[in-house]
Amino acid sequence: MNAWARLGRQVLTALRDTGRALVLLAEATSQVVFVFSRQNRSDTLHQMFVSGIKSLGVITVVAFFTGMILALQTGLEMRRYGQEVYIGSVVTLVLLREMGPFMTGLIIAASVGSAIAAQMGTMVVSEEISALEIMGINPVRFLVMPRLVALAVMMPFLTLYTNAIGILGGAIVGYTQLDVSFIAYFDNCTRYAENKDLLVGLFKAFVFGVIVVTVACHQGFATTEGAVGVGRATRRTVIISFLTILTMGYFLTRMFYK
Amino acid sequence: MIRFEKVHKRLGGRTVLDGVDFEIAPGETFFIVGTSGAGKSVSLKHMVRLLTPDSGRVWIGDDCVSEARGRLLEKIRTRFGVLFQGAALLNWMCAGDNVGLPLLERTNRPEEEIEALAREKLALVGLETAYDKMPGELSGGMRKRVGLARAIITSPEIILYDEPTSGLDPVTSRSIDQLIDNLRQGLGVTSVVVTHDMHSALAIATRIAMLDAGRIVELGTPAEFIKSPNEKVQQFLQAQYITQRGAWEKTGTL
Repeated sequence: MNAWARLGRQVLTALRDTGRALVLLAEATSQVVFVFSRQNRSDTLHQMFVSGIKSLGVITVVAFFTGMILALQTGLEMRRYGQEVYIGSVVTLVLLREMGPFMTGLIIAASVGSAIAAQMGTMVVSEEISALEIMGINPVRFLVMPRLVALAVMMPFLTLYTNAIGILGGAIVGYTQLDVSFIAYFDNCTRYAENKDLLVGLFKAFVFGVIVVTVACHQGFATTEGAVGVGRATRRTVIISFLTILTMGYFLTRMFYK
Repeated sequence: MIRFEKVHKRLGGRTVLDGVDFEIAPGETFFIVGTSGAGKSVSLKHMVRLLTPDSGRVWIGDDCVSEARGRLLEKIRTRFGVLFQGAALLNWMCAGDNVGLPLLERTNRPEEEIEALAREKLALVGLETAYDKMPGELSGGMRKRVGLARAIITSPEIILYDEPTSGLDPVTSRSIDQLIDNLRQGLGVTSVVVTHDMHSALAIATRIAMLDAGRIVELGTPAEFIKSPNEKVQQFLQAQYITQRGAWEKTGTL
């Protein structure tokens, strides 16, 4: 097969997979009405706990150090012009608009998304999905929908938390290394940031949550070839989620900041 | 009850079912035997439309399951209970919740009633004390029995068993055989069992079909099967130390 044919096949496969993932998302969305049913409510709460509360540790570390790095790098440059007092504004705007949802999305894709793909893949391989179908249980309602709702709800909250910890990290660097007082730092944090920055960032987080669950469940359900297939589904979930989050992040930014 | 009409299926570029034709009567314990890759599990999956034939039809009563969709397919599937090879228990639920799951999902029965029924079915398979145990805490035989309890909790007309005794010791295997036989005798359930285990087949089957390379090469009662002149059948029996004379004799008890 020549290179063009191979490329063509890869494009067709990507289009087919995208179509299937979107169909899965549509089906899961149509099942959201059952989220409070006795079969789904406890699992949805459990998924919120797993994807939200259990991710706080890693998010805290990443957000704190990202805020510190951001403050240090920009602060050192701004000090050359005597403007280091504005690092609060820079850190806040960058986190609210881009880095907060983006970092949270990547962390959740790598931790929660990969776990979902591995779980779904294992369930396919061990015939648990087939068992659900035979029992008359819709796997999309039973498995995908609770995870979709959980991440769509938790991602904005996690992003808020990321933003807060990142800003705090920046404040500590500002105070200890750039001689910017906490009062000046936080005063600048709120001076230039608008509600729009916060809300667009939270909307991005919501979209990224939906992307992670859709990709993870689609890859998990498409698993074949046993343990090797589960590993492949997990790896593909992380890669596809990263690329989609990055791409969608750009287009969402373009949509809201013209 | 179940009818295959010239069913053909290719998977991964290989013919797995090549014009398979057979009929299973209500109340039968019908065994499908054969070597690995002969098409046994694929046949089973066609009965509940986990696979669709490339050509031919599969009938469940008056319904053509191979062409059924939506509500009709759901309705046909409610007639079945399936025991999967690895039991297919959901690992995050305890044994009791696994057993009660079909009722919790498909009916509006109160949870207390579902729990009582799950306990009753677990007792029926000899696992009275396993209700709160997680699947990871159960042995292979126990997992299969929990799977069987889940398969029968909705009182299905037909139960499909995919390798119910594989990986089990002979004593546990015979206890599973006994459960299958009890279900037929006690509840009149139609059973379809896919297995390599000829000892099970000869002990409890009403009829045995042997698949080889996607075709049925022998079909008959255990007594007819063991006397089959077919070379493949004799090879399969001899590989399990079963000969026409002597080595195997049905005792009437398990």
